[in-house]
Amino acid sequence: MASLITHSPILIIAIPLAAAFLTLPIGMASKKARNALVIVSLTFVVFLVFALARDIAINGIHVYTLGATSPDLTIPTGFMVPVRIILEVDGMSILMGIIWSIVALAAAIFSLSHIASETGQNRFYTLLLLMVAGGFGMMFTGDLFNLFVFLEITSISGAALIAFRTRFADTQEGGFKYIVVSAIASLMVLFAIGLLYGQYNLLNIGALAQVIQYTTPDKIALALLVIAFTIKAGMVPLHLWLPDAYSVAPASITGMLLITSHTCMYAAFRVCFTLYGGMLDTPVVGWIIIIFGLLSMFVGVTMALSQKDVMRFMSYHAISQLGYMWVGVGVGLAVLGNAELVATYGRDAISGGIFHILNDGMYMPLLFFIGGALFHCTGTRDLTKMGGLAHKLKWTTMLFIIGTLCISGIPPLNGFSSKILIYENVYRFHPILTITGIIVSILILASFTKTFHSAFMGAELSEYKEVKEVPRSMIIAMVILAAGIVFITLFPSLIVNWTIHPAADALIDQGAYINAVTGAIP
Amino acid sequence: MLTKIVRTVANQLIVFILIFGLYVIAHGHLTPGGGFQGGAVIVSGVVMMLVAFSSQELKKSLRERVLSIMESTGALILIGLSLAGIGTVFAYNFLVGTPIFGRIPDFGPGPGDFWTGGVVPLMNLAVGLKVVAGLSAVVLALALFASGEEVEE
Amino acid sequence: MMEHIPLNFPFLAAALLVGISFYIIIFKRNLIKLIMGIAMMASGVNLFLVALGYRAGGGAPIYTDAPEGPMVLPVPQALTLTSIVINVAVLALMLTIVIRIYRHTGSLDSEKSRKMKG
Repeated sequence: MASLITHSPILIIAIPLAAAFLTLPIGMASKKARNALVIVSLTFVVFLVFALARDIAINGIHVYTLGATSPDLTIPTGFMVPVRIILEVDGMSILMGIIWSIVALAAAIFSLSHIASETGQNRFYTLLLLMVAGGFGMMFTGDLFNLFVFLEITSISGAALIAFRTRFADTQEGGFKYIVVSAIASLMVLFAIGLLYGQYNLLNIGALAQVIQYTTPDKIALALLVIAFTIKAGMVPLHLWLPDAYSVAPASITGMLLITSHTCMYAAFRVCFTLYGGMLDTPVVGWIIIIFGLLSMFVGVTMALSQKDVMRFMSYHAISQLGYMWVGVGVGLAVLGNAELVATYGRDAISGGIFHILNDGMYMPLLFFIGGALFHCTGTRDLTKMGGLAHKLKWTTMLFIIGTLCISGIPPLNGFSSKILIYENVYRFHPILTITGIIVSILILASFTKTFHSAFMGAELSEYKEVKEVPRSMIIAMVILAAGIVFITLFPSLIVNWTIHPAADALIDQGAYINAVTGAIP
Repeated sequence: MLTKIVRTVANQLIVFILIFGLYVIAHGHLTPGGGFQGGAVIVSGVVMMLVAFSSQELKKSLRERVLSIMESTGALILIGLSLAGIGTVFAYNFLVGTPIFGRIPDFGPGPGDFWTGGVVPLMNLAVGLKVVAGLSAVVLALALFASGEEVEE
Repeated sequence: MMEHIPLNFPFLAAALLVGISFYIIIFKRNLIKLIMGIAMMASGVNLFLVALGYRAGGGAPIYTDAPEGPMVLPVPQALTLTSIVINVAVLALMLTIVIRIYRHTGSLDSEKSRKMKG
């Protein structure tokens, strides 16, 4: 058991990868065996992630060197710098890992019936498992070039999954926009990695953080990295691809794509907090992130008010929720240079932003799955054609109400807990941010009430008389996410003390990250 | 389908291209090359056959199920070789010192010894297999699209 | 003759490639030209990576008994190789999707084949 936990960072990446390539031959033999393989491998990964999380909470940062003679031999004898690919899992990475594993399991269970009528299902599950492996790789790696490779793996499989239903024209358009934007963002990341390597001859994040100075090529590299990751994470004004790509994908894939956006946001934080640390001009970069986060919150919700397509509506709300996270962590970044302000409200602002990542990762995929369930039952995504579905789809209606209350920040659900953390601490930085946040929350509640009324309320329409409740596997997937929401609702301080505060401390404390890699070398 | 001269020459040349591609894959740890490069050379041979004979003819020899299984096998061998060393660390070179590919190369200049390198030549062969299967499937699918036929799932 | 070529000539070429490809991606409407622009940007970044590793007067890093003097860095060559492989996959995916778009809408113009607005 102990050796399983020692090897768990690479096993969490390798098991979905192996299962992805086992899916093709096994799927050609029997469909039930393939479904069982996908579900069993993802469940085992969830179990491994929780075991690793418990180990990190007790023992600190977990380092794994690939190909050395022992897992924590980061610097071989006779060398001065780390030379191998090193996976480094700290509190922030494992929190993203927990979210990703739960959402991936729910998405796989949802897909069992959502795409049951498509051809080529073997390839769907292969791509889904490849996307899972790519996401874990992005979260757990301690090496810049490895980040680029896993970013590309996730983007390519995501784009192929968006364009999976080839009989529609709009899926192809969404997939094309996604892959073009991802390719340009990845090339910018590669250019920045080249700039950093050319100066310091190092690719490892911990080793680079020790020697980096803030010269002009470093500034260009920081700008390129942050812009590339914010393009992928859907920050206004670089968000124009996001509603097109998210609205046409199969609903389970939209849930996973959302967590991929969160992971790119995590990569941007990793670059700003851990790679550059105190060397950056933190007020400037922090204020830029805060201003664009405010714009995201506002533009997201105002564009969502006029949408008729239910999945497009949800994706604009996803942009506005991402804005909350940017504002929370941006405030923390802006005060990073000032130790007493960090202790007063900076750390709590970052905690609020990270807690919102966790909560949004639970209720936003739930809302996307409900949109997919509506599409499955009625055959259309257009809200003006739907109506009166609450009579038949009882489970879906109840889960939609839970999702609405979460996203609007109504107490006591989990959306309220993270939003109150953000509002309280951001107010002390500048009051206008909190006021904008509250106004946006009110607009969110208004838009969701309108959508709920249009889709579920009203008299039963004649064309939906034969609509039955959604298949059981979809309900199970949505209930898994709802169980996560209820758990966070009932025990918010437990979650915050055990997962969120360690994650925020891991982001602020650059020294622990560097020491885990370079050991005792000064 | 092009003229008889082109078809005959293509039939003769494909053997040399295949041997050169396999040489580049197998000697990846000694000379420039390796899995992807040799695989790309072999796929260029497949493209030559696609141009000389039409894609309908080639679809009978390169069946989609066979390519799919070849691709999965290549990837599974790669992951399996990396997991085989998990007793120490993932991707540990556990074949150094053993008789299979395990010799230590001599110091100083000289022609390379083929049986060195440990796990690396085996991984090169697995990656070459995967690249050949994958890129051939892509090229075949694009050619079938161009001739107006729907690709089977 | 090698001394007359200034040492940052490859970097100027890489910058030129990336600049021209940005112009193509932003301003051209044909989808195939967009894909060619992305391929060109990939080539520019790969050239930049390989040119980073060059050390003036260096030899190839293939020795066990190395002669004295500087050697060219081998790590950027490995990074470039990985990047080339990834770009092959991305370009294949983009071409397949463009074929499907052409089948559905009958046009390669990005203005005419856009269906989603607002």
